[in-house]
Amino acid sequence: MTGELRGPAPDERPQPDGRRNSQGTRIDPEVEAEQETRTAVVSALVEHEPGVLAKVSGLFSRRQFNIESLTVGPTTVEGNARITLVVEETDAGIDQVKKQVAKLRPVIQVGELGDDAVQAELVLLKVRGEEPDKVHAITQMYEGQTLDAGPRTITVQITGGQGKIDDAIDAFRQFGIIEIARTGQTALARGDTPTTPGEEPGHEKASDERRADDAPAGTYDD
Amino acid sequence: MSERATRAFDAADPEDPDAADTDSASEDAADAEAGGAETGAQAVVAALERAGAETLFGVQGGAIMPVYDALYDSELHHVMMAHEQAAAHAADAYGVVSGTPGVCLATSGPGATNLVTGIADASMDSDPMVALTGQVPTNFVGNDAFQETDTTGVTAPITKTNYFADRADTVGDTVGEAFAYAEAGRPGPTLVDLPKDVTNAETGGGSGEPPRAETPDTYDPRTAADGDAVAAAARTLERAEKPVILAGGGVVKGEASDRLREFATEHEIPVATSMPAVGCFPEDHELAMEMAGMHGTGYANMATTHCDVMLAVGTRFDDRLTGGVETFAPEAELLHVDIDPAEISKNVEADVPLVGDAATVLQQVDEEMDRSPDCPEWREQCRAWKREYPMDYATPEDEPLKPQFVVEAFDEATDDDAIVTTGVGQHQMWAVQYWTYREPRTWVSSHGLGTMGYGLPAAIGAKFACDDQDVVCFEGDGSFLMTLQELSVAVRENLDITVAVLNNEYIGMVRQWQDAFFDGRHSASEYEWCPEFGPLAEAFGAKGFTVSEYDEVADTVEAALDYDGPSVVDFRIDPAENVYPMVPSGGANGEFALSEDQL
Repeated sequence: MTGELRGPAPDERPQPDGRRNSQGTRIDPEVEAEQETRTAVVSALVEHEPGVLAKVSGLFSRRQFNIESLTVGPTTVEGNARITLVVEETDAGIDQVKKQVAKLRPVIQVGELGDDAVQAELVLLKVRGEEPDKVHAITQMYEGQTLDAGPRTITVQITGGQGKIDDAIDAFRQFGIIEIARTGQTALARGDTPTTPGEEPGHEKASDERRADDAPAGTYDD
Repeated sequence: MSERATRAFDAADPEDPDAADTDSASEDAADAEAGGAETGAQAVVAALERAGAETLFGVQGGAIMPVYDALYDSELHHVMMAHEQAAAHAADAYGVVSGTPGVCLATSGPGATNLVTGIADASMDSDPMVALTGQVPTNFVGNDAFQETDTTGVTAPITKTNYFADRADTVGDTVGEAFAYAEAGRPGPTLVDLPKDVTNAETGGGSGEPPRAETPDTYDPRTAADGDAVAAAARTLERAEKPVILAGGGVVKGEASDRLREFATEHEIPVATSMPAVGCFPEDHELAMEMAGMHGTGYANMATTHCDVMLAVGTRFDDRLTGGVETFAPEAELLHVDIDPAEISKNVEADVPLVGDAATVLQQVDEEMDRSPDCPEWREQCRAWKREYPMDYATPEDEPLKPQFVVEAFDEATDDDAIVTTGVGQHQMWAVQYWTYREPRTWVSSHGLGTMGYGLPAAIGAKFACDDQDVVCFEGDGSFLMTLQELSVAVRENLDITVAVLNNEYIGMVRQWQDAFFDGRHSASEYEWCPEFGPLAEAFGAKGFTVSEYDEVADTVEAALDYDGPSVVDFRIDPAENVYPMVPSGGANGEFALSEDQL
């Protein structure tokens, strides 16, 4: 005998009827359905220290999160930066993304933005320059700017939401797109809602003198 | 060390007759006592002292030399290990047994990379640990300098957090924070990378401010669970007909073992454990179902499979515990207690998330419950499963020695608080199955990472954490061969530990899987030649024994335990013995096999 134990064999034992799906959720087998993925915009307020972006992006690759874009830049609070992540995951996956990002030491707050959030992306497009008038017309149509125009190429900049950017790129295809550079989405919550929970924005002013101006509190146009 | 730094440390030494000779020396002494270190390296040591470290495990090397130089004048006990991997395992085990972070040191490059396995092991098991690594001077960093590795980059995925210390003035605070961070909330390993110019640099004369030992503002784990969730959990438990508590390693780490015992016995709920939780609930208790999972008991796996409510405390639902998640507790409402919110619904969806400290949340739920679940039939069913699926083995005297018999012999010969450490493999499973654990922090093993060779360095670390308890290390021959050079450390430090090698001349667990799943093709699992561990132990200066017969076991166990110093017993066990019950990887826990033909 080598390690055999006594007891009823597997097929002689009662087995439960229920089961879970591959995500570990209890399910009714009759109505089992695969979880749909959705796009979520997650904003993380972080300490602006060396390596913070590597820590966040490394987390994404090792946990196999499906990342669409990632942007980073300083905020109005000195020493803080905002990382905006666009992920394509199931609800459970998005929940994990937020929790895992929140665990990183330099991360101060994490929030998911609603559908009404202000979102924008910047794209640079280099197209063939044979039809400058037409290129200009399309650029104007998308409220873009021409950054460089030569006999062979024209480079334009378009900003806006992801749908607008996608549409603009489609519209420029007729000229022959030579090169393209997209920044990925960045976003802020609309109105008074903080972008990450509990976030207290510093009202950045250009100088102490200008703080005396009559600009309404909470605006950034002074 | 600079002349100035040397003077400062001399002055700080209360036994130094020159210490109070001059006013400036007195000031230096006051600074040093307050943690106002002269060099970055001294600040590192002062921070460790302030944080409460007592024992460090490490290996010297070029880039870490300034720190070792500062240690020369310190009361901290440094244990010079034979290999950095063992330093990390020893620190890990020290953390498991003591509950406070173990500290390991290594130099840059190969020293740091040798720590990696041990850091990863501590990370998977949420063990508190601080790793300090030397680094090339900052002006060489990034140039592929001699013995340079991007240590913070390499260890980012396997540490709770890590730091590149770029300034002598703040390095003490950084080490203090790393220490506090390692043990706060969900414990884990932290690492501080120490460039040589930073540890060599003067700190600006010593501010008199002692290094901080606080977690950063961004780390603030919640201790008490949300009241609504607690109420939901209480109501669910009250109406449960088949409740089970699944205790995880968080019960041990959160010092919640006593609270768990009170809770389970008051409400008469059977308790199964994950492997890291072994010992948090006495295994000889009527309600104990013992360990669940791949090599857990049949009764634990039946109870966790058939329960209707599972109160899971401090477990991350590792795949070795759950088997296939589709069949894990498939009908149970899951109440999940964890201090790390990211563990909630990571692998198995929680019906009621209870984010908080294990002891606190158990208390909250207990106070909220108006009555205990009414389930005498369920308890009788659990008792029946214990009778149906006994943990047993055959011991005819003419058979080769059974490993289970050896484990039981050591268990009988030692106190209830004896500490068991293990390597990884079949011996580890026999050690957990056939030893009756009654106390937390007496079972020290490599769970999540499954690191062969963990046992001996862990025994060293455990002995330093608790020198008044017996320490028995179970190793397999294959596992022992991976770190047995650490016997030199055990002899040098005269550690009273006993290593029991369950020697079947195989990488036994691999052999078992080859028999079950690879048509018995023993590719690279058999040792055609293996050293004799008894004489090998003697060559290291330890006491060596070799046992192959049943009637030699009891006397040898006694002699090995009585020997005042490290001893090694080479038990020549039945090479054909396998570990059962067994749930094949990804299989259903309730369909555990009791023999190979059931796989």
